[in-house]
Amino acid sequence: MLHFPASAPVANYFGTCLVDMCYPEYGMAGIRLLRREGVEVLCPPRQSCCGQPAYNSGFLDETRTVALHQVKVFADNDAPIVVPSGSCAAMMRYHYPRLFEGRPEHAEVLRFSERVFELTQFLNNVLHPAYKDAGAPIKVAWHSSCHARREMDCIKDSLALLAQLENVTVLPIDNEHECCGFGGTFSVKQPEISAAMVRDKAAAIAKTGAEVFLVGDCGCLMNIAGHLEKERSPMRGLHIAEFLWERIHA
Amino acid sequence: MHNADFTRNVAKALNDAPQRAHLEHVITNFMRGRRGLFNDDEELAALREAANAVKRRVVGRLAEVLERLEASCAANGIQVHWAETGEEASNIVLDITRSVGGKTLVKSKSMVTEEIHLNKTLEANGCEIRETDLGEFIIQLIGQTPFHIIAPALHVTKEQVGAIFAEKIGIDYTEDPDRLQAEARRFLRERFRRADVGVTGVNFAVAETGTICVVENEGNARMCASVPRVHVAVTGLEKIVDRLADLPLMLRMLVGSATGQRISTYFNMVGGPRRPGDQDGPEQVHLVLLDNGRSRMAGDEELRQSLQCLRCGACLNHCPVFKRIGGHAYAATYPGPVGTMVMPQLKGLDEYGYMALASSLCGACGEVCPVMVPIPSIIRRLRVEAHDAHGAVLDHGHDAARMESLAWSLWAKVMTSPGLNAMARKTMAALGGALPAVGPLGAWTSVRVRPKFSSKGLADLLREEDAKEKGSK
Repeated sequence: MLHFPASAPVANYFGTCLVDMCYPEYGMAGIRLLRREGVEVLCPPRQSCCGQPAYNSGFLDETRTVALHQVKVFADNDAPIVVPSGSCAAMMRYHYPRLFEGRPEHAEVLRFSERVFELTQFLNNVLHPAYKDAGAPIKVAWHSSCHARREMDCIKDSLALLAQLENVTVLPIDNEHECCGFGGTFSVKQPEISAAMVRDKAAAIAKTGAEVFLVGDCGCLMNIAGHLEKERSPMRGLHIAEFLWERIHA
Repeated sequence: MHNADFTRNVAKALNDAPQRAHLEHVITNFMRGRRGLFNDDEELAALREAANAVKRRVVGRLAEVLERLEASCAANGIQVHWAETGEEASNIVLDITRSVGGKTLVKSKSMVTEEIHLNKTLEANGCEIRETDLGEFIIQLIGQTPFHIIAPALHVTKEQVGAIFAEKIGIDYTEDPDRLQAEARRFLRERFRRADVGVTGVNFAVAETGTICVVENEGNARMCASVPRVHVAVTGLEKIVDRLADLPLMLRMLVGSATGQRISTYFNMVGGPRRPGDQDGPEQVHLVLLDNGRSRMAGDEELRQSLQCLRCGACLNHCPVFKRIGGHAYAATYPGPVGTMVMPQLKGLDEYGYMALASSLCGACGEVCPVMVPIPSIIRRLRVEAHDAHGAVLDHGHDAARMESLAWSLWAKVMTSPGLNAMARKTMAALGGALPAVGPLGAWTSVRVRPKFSSKGLADLLREEDAKEKGSK
């Protein structure tokens, strides 16, 4: 069980490398959602990547170098660290302590990890926002990222926030539990299997009849939306933070 | 096998539309079955914890438990044999067969006898060994290996079975499953009667009581263990539980995870050979305990968890990769997540290193494992071992991965230097569209558009927004 702080006047924001590289506007949406609840958001500019790409490729020394960099970047305060990605959050919360087991930095890393929360999880459990849907009726499909579901366990929080939007209908996707085939470097190391997986995922999403699909992780988004765009599908993908912000400011 | 051969197998499997549709159907049913039985998340979590504890206790002190098992078996009149390699284990079965002047064997479903290529050894030495599990019987007739560890002929349709039976055992073509089953049964009855030796696998060997337990649905394992004069049970040395009292839980977890049944149709507990006054049963019972790389696994605290595996197959049924490529593409005795985890450990990274890459690390396998083996973590560990000169797995460091290693150290430099990081993004934003689609980018763009890099990073947008706020105040 996660221990949530009772309140959070201040929160750190770890935007993730993918947001910084390709989707900074979705990162901004997350910051705005936090600020809307009166939180002072600190976003240290020296932050970079959680290290998961190297970690899952089996390069642990390089992972530790990058992980420790993040630990140091967020070491000047004790406030929570909020991440708009279930996968990166899980890496920092659950895998960092394992990476440093038996090493002198372990205690410091553990203190860091205990401060890490996924964005919708933090909103729903700590800030308790009240959203008033200002948008027209819309059907959306929700894609759960594997690590958001199985490691951060924050899908229920993402869905709880969406459920506040009264004009939004969330449609179920066939085989919703199944990986979209991204898997970081898996997508380029086993491109044929990854392609088969993303094709099926995109087809399942298209089949829902939704106007847009939502994700909480930009890795899945780049994979699925990238495939849909290649196939010239009209289906668009959005990060949940951007969608929430748009809906309450429509 | 090399990754290029694996890629060829994958392409073939992905293009096999009927097989993929069939797999989707069968696997969905397997998943539904398991979920139907384990439908209470809290209870399931508690059961998995308890089952994990049972197996962890065993694999943490394997030598001691094995000694106890050997003593208990000996007290029951079960002859215990130790085999370091697969070849040794097969030769032990051959020697036992010869010692009773036999050359005809029947065998029930057992993955470990696939691992040691038992049939090949016996046939090369003039013996006849007949598979008696219906699925195994079918694939033996066509010279194939199991497609799935609990459903070996999962890929064969009833029409194909009809054709195989018509050709190989000379019956009139039928695709009626009941009639096909009856024909196989009739054919096999004779073989049970004539066999000198019956071979079975083992699901649980109980150290406390020296009991060999075999789970099955068809009754053929019971025939193998009771009709011939000699019963030889072959097992990996990890398939042990400490106490008889552990069985109800372990049986429930194995069967429920495998097929969604509350209990299997048969649960055989072999307590030794026929005793004076007994009406039936074999004159000799042998237990072959196979190492074949397992004690190496037991020596490492993380890798040791692989030995907790019950071989239920739930990880295969929940794996998005297995569901698409099926069992044969892996070209390994154990396919799917369990195979990805154990094959490189049993046989080395030189031969099976490619398997460790065939996972998106989505975590579905670890989530359903009834004994909580952290399969994704162990697969990740194998990726480390591939280029680790000081590793614990056979052929560790086999892939120096110099180029990749260089790439990751460069990456680490960029990711610890904010200046380089922003420069990398801007360069990609400026050049990204012009880069030739080769290597990883080529793989990515085969089915997706190029990533679109942003000229502005998150910090830039934040600075702009804050400046705007200030300006408007």
